Amino acid sequence: MLNRISTLVLAGLTALAMAGCGSGSGTDSAATSGGDDSITMGFSQVGAESGWRTANTKSVQEAAKEAGITLKFSDAQQKQENQIKAIRSYIQQKVDVIAFSPVVESGWEPVLKEAQNAKIPVILTDRAVDSKDTTLYKTFLGSDFVEEGRKAGQWLVEEYKSSTDPVNIVELQGTTGSAPANDRKAGFQEVIGGEAKFKIIASQTGDFTRAKGKEVMEAFLKSNPDIDVLYAHNDDMGLGAIEAIEGAGKVPGKDIKIITVDAVKDGMQALADGKINFIVECSPLLGPQLMDLAKKVVKNESIPARVVTEETTFTQEQAKTALPDRKY
Amino acid sequence: MRRLLWPLVVLALLLVVNVIFTPTFFSIQMREGHLYGSLIDILRFGAPLILVSLGMTLVIATGGIDLSVGSVVAISGALACLQISQDAGVLTAVVLALGLSVLLGAWNGFLVAAVGIQPIIATLILMVAGRGLAQLITDGQIITVNDPAYKLIGGGYWLTVPFGILLVLAVLAVTVFLTRRLALGMLIESVGGNAEASRLAGIRSRGIVIMVYAFAALCAGIAGLMISSNVSSADGNNAGLWIELDAILAVVIGGTSLAGGRFSLGGTVLGALIIQTLTTTIYSVGVPPETTLLFKALVVTAVCLIQSPAFRDKVFRRRGRPPTPRPAAEEKVRVTA
Repeated sequence: MLNRISTLVLAGLTALAMAGCGSGSGTDSAATSGGDDSITMGFSQVGAESGWRTANTKSVQEAAKEAGITLKFSDAQQKQENQIKAIRSYIQQKVDVIAFSPVVESGWEPVLKEAQNAKIPVILTDRAVDSKDTTLYKTFLGSDFVEEGRKAGQWLVEEYKSSTDPVNIVELQGTTGSAPANDRKAGFQEVIGGEAKFKIIASQTGDFTRAKGKEVMEAFLKSNPDIDVLYAHNDDMGLGAIEAIEGAGKVPGKDIKIITVDAVKDGMQALADGKINFIVECSPLLGPQLMDLAKKVVKNESIPARVVTEETTFTQEQAKTALPDRKY
Repeated sequence: MRRLLWPLVVLALLLVVNVIFTPTFFSIQMREGHLYGSLIDILRFGAPLILVSLGMTLVIATGGIDLSVGSVVAISGALACLQISQDAGVLTAVVLALGLSVLLGAWNGFLVAAVGIQPIIATLILMVAGRGLAQLITDGQIITVNDPAYKLIGGGYWLTVPFGILLVLAVLAVTVFLTRRLALGMLIESVGGNAEASRLAGIRSRGIVIMVYAFAALCAGIAGLMISSNVSSADGNNAGLWIELDAILAVVIGGTSLAGGRFSLGGTVLGALIIQTLTTTIYSVGVPPETTLLFKALVVTAVCLIQSPAFRDKVFRRRGRPPTPRPAAEEKVRVTA
């Protein structure tokens, strides 16, 4: 009986593992690599946790098509295990270049070593890894999250320049342990830490999702009666929090000032409507840059170890003018 | 009733911890024309979990398990939001979503009862494939809808009370009536106790098994509508992620045996409330996000230990009685005699 159970459990685990590999069947019709000028790229995406991420996915897929690069795409559904599995399968399929956005920062050395041993170059997109060994990947293409956090902090310092009253801030962090969450927190802290009047009275993770953002904000509103500012690590959590704030009978953007990062369409709409006060842009449209880098890497040309995507910030007035041609 | 004592104690303890950190925790006010307070939040955000756990309880009572409820949550929310975004009526969207959910549940039941696949494997198929299906429906995007009628299901209020809570009460009442006032509950328990013996006794155990899986999926479908309605958007990737594990935990905390054969609906509701209260506690006490999972694990371990009669016996005997060997010896004699 015990034997039967353990066999069943094993079968279940195998099914799970296979499903993990198979979840990237989006563009599996790919031809095998090895042709002279056709490049095959294995791309492991974090998931589809926000509008930002889906815009990022689209940009990569469209840019690959335009650049004539065969893309093997897989969705890790926020799980590092899935991502490691996907990267292993790309190594086995002998793709020309691997690109991925790490779900979390740590624990990548073994699988990146495997890629290195197989002589497959790796490009990190959007999120970094905390490995000391920078030879494990060719370059890191993405936003400077610390700088985004600083920009958010600078707006806040400017906004409360003339006030001496204490400012109570609550923070909705991204996925615990992810680079954007760690860095946006650090950059923000770095700027506002200089003045004693700024106090972060509560900080919890909202997993970058609307549902969690709303749930956590509801709890914040009850346990902290006096909140002046909300700093959310992405638009979606901010949008969830807006619903919570409205449900508590407060006016988002006035009673509680809101700063978010990303600038996706729904967020820009809320900014234009006056429900958000300031958004730091984090552009997801890095597909074309990624394809350029991939081509160079495959040709063995030298590329800088860090490529920053171009980004800006939006106030409510700027959002109104930028909104009509916002694509994502 | 005695079985519910320990879950009740745990729930009370968690609430007390909250009051210590947030003195106004129990206060319930009227704001914007509806009830407002932490306790209301616990019920409101706990509503989907209670629903899913109710369905799970009946499945577990037949000796099965349903891992696919999380995926059904995602599918139902995704389909409803897609329909609404394509200008279908809210009623059509809800009926379609729930209809599909029941169909998926019946499929699970068919695999278990008619084909004879182990429940954990049979439902694993839909757990994995279902999330893919949800993403197929949403095209990998988050679908945002803006429909006040749809918003009512999970985020709205009716007579100042969150509609989700009323919905849960209604489903709970129907379930209690069907299983405790009619013979259905006993039939489910007998199938869970021994499916073959029940069949020989004249119970159509296949039909019962298919029905409970369909019911579990229906509950998950309603929960999916609630979750997506609460944030006015469908997220195929994250909606209901890991809710099946929380639901199984709620059922176990509530005192239903995983071996099947008996169940406690009241215990399940308590179990689900404990889990949601724990989540709220983490936010309001301010447990750092890095240690949240560890904190949850410790509390759940404590809850499970305190529920185990064997563990309680050991601890209370050691602490409660002086270390005189005689009474123990006497007891032993009495047992053997």
